Amino acid sequence: MAAILRWQPFAGPRAARALHRLVGADRPAYAEAKACLAAGRGDGAAMCTHRAGDRVSDPTGERPADCGCGLATAPTAASAATDAFPESPAARRIALGRALLASNDSLAASNRAAFITAGLPVVNLLSSPGSGKTALLESLGRRDAGAGRLAVIVGDLATDNDARRLRAAGLAAVQITTGQACHLEAAMVAGGVRRLLEHGLRLEALDLLVIENVGNLVCPAAYDLGETLRVVLLAVTEGEDKPLKYPAIFHGADLVVISKIDLAEVVGFDRPLAHANIARVAPRARILELSARSGAGIAAFAEALRAAASRPLAGPAPGLAR
Amino acid sequence: MPGVHELSLMDGVRATVLEQARLHRAGRITRISLRIGALAGVEAEALAFAFAVVMAGTIAAEACLDLETVAAVCLCQRCRQEFPAVDGGCECPRCGEISRTLLRGRELQLVAVDLD
Repeated sequence: MAAILRWQPFAGPRAARALHRLVGADRPAYAEAKACLAAGRGDGAAMCTHRAGDRVSDPTGERPADCGCGLATAPTAASAATDAFPESPAARRIALGRALLASNDSLAASNRAAFITAGLPVVNLLSSPGSGKTALLESLGRRDAGAGRLAVIVGDLATDNDARRLRAAGLAAVQITTGQACHLEAAMVAGGVRRLLEHGLRLEALDLLVIENVGNLVCPAAYDLGETLRVVLLAVTEGEDKPLKYPAIFHGADLVVISKIDLAEVVGFDRPLAHANIARVAPRARILELSARSGAGIAAFAEALRAAASRPLAGPAPGLAR
Repeated sequence: MPGVHELSLMDGVRATVLEQARLHRAGRITRISLRIGALAGVEAEALAFAFAVVMAGTIAAEACLDLETVAAVCLCQRCRQEFPAVDGGCECPRCGEISRTLLRGRELQLVAVDLD
């Protein structure tokens, strides 16, 4: 495997103009850039901002003259002189090399440390809207009625409907309303935990804490919350190929649950195909089928959570390391 | 609602690069370099859009966004060889074994900032 290839087609103000074209009204320019990206696919490709007929200059001599996108050509000696961006003496590059989500990651680490100290397994429960996250937790709550050892922090854009449903099922639940945010972040979870404590709960006294994330298969993938187990839910009504369409979120899963299995026949759900698809994009995950309505598979799910809890509590999923 | 978290990510980038510019007494930010893995859960197009929105009106308004994408790569335990996990699929193209080892592709990094 070759090293990551890095180069920049332009430097300085000209690049800024190119990017402004790229993100502004000029959509064809973006399409060209996408074409470059596709052409450069391999070990890594810079986001190329070339337009057809552009000349590529390289004042430092360190970069390839052409990315191979076919849109740009190497400069002639005459054009190179005008293309080269004159670096001012004060110009300098500050290498940062830090995670984009560094502050979220460090808050997640402190959440996780608190959970591990309390010996409390914590599930980050993820799915599309309407896949049955809340119904599954209600079903778990009714099953362990009276035990009162399962608490839920539930995130939605608006309303506390889910927290009320969960409380009605006998669970301790606090609602986080995110407003416009499409995902939960570690800081919100820390706030949810504080509210649970204010309600008189002790983390040490709980058997399990579930963070029911905002229904969304895209944004929550990038955010570590400090959980010790990532569970992704897929309802049979979503189709067998959903995991292939949203691989990023499935990649981090420790457990993938196929929900509403009682509807599998009605909707013509191809179970072997679904299992094969999940295995391709969630290679570390165990797969379970269940129905919150019929109760099928709920005992196995509870058992899987218990088994995960009895293992030493894990750090972030290996796939999350950045 | 894909797209919203790219704005919040870019907001974090803005805070960091403006802080760096202050620290180094720079008057202008000319380039911001990010490294994004194919399986990071972030869309390059949405990031580029968020960049223009978030940097407007700051000393980074004229900066170039340099997005380096990193393809997802798995290691096949049986073949002991790396292979590209195209579209996140972890099946080894040689032997068909599903790899559990993702070597690259989840990067979400602020690599560098160029100041002037």
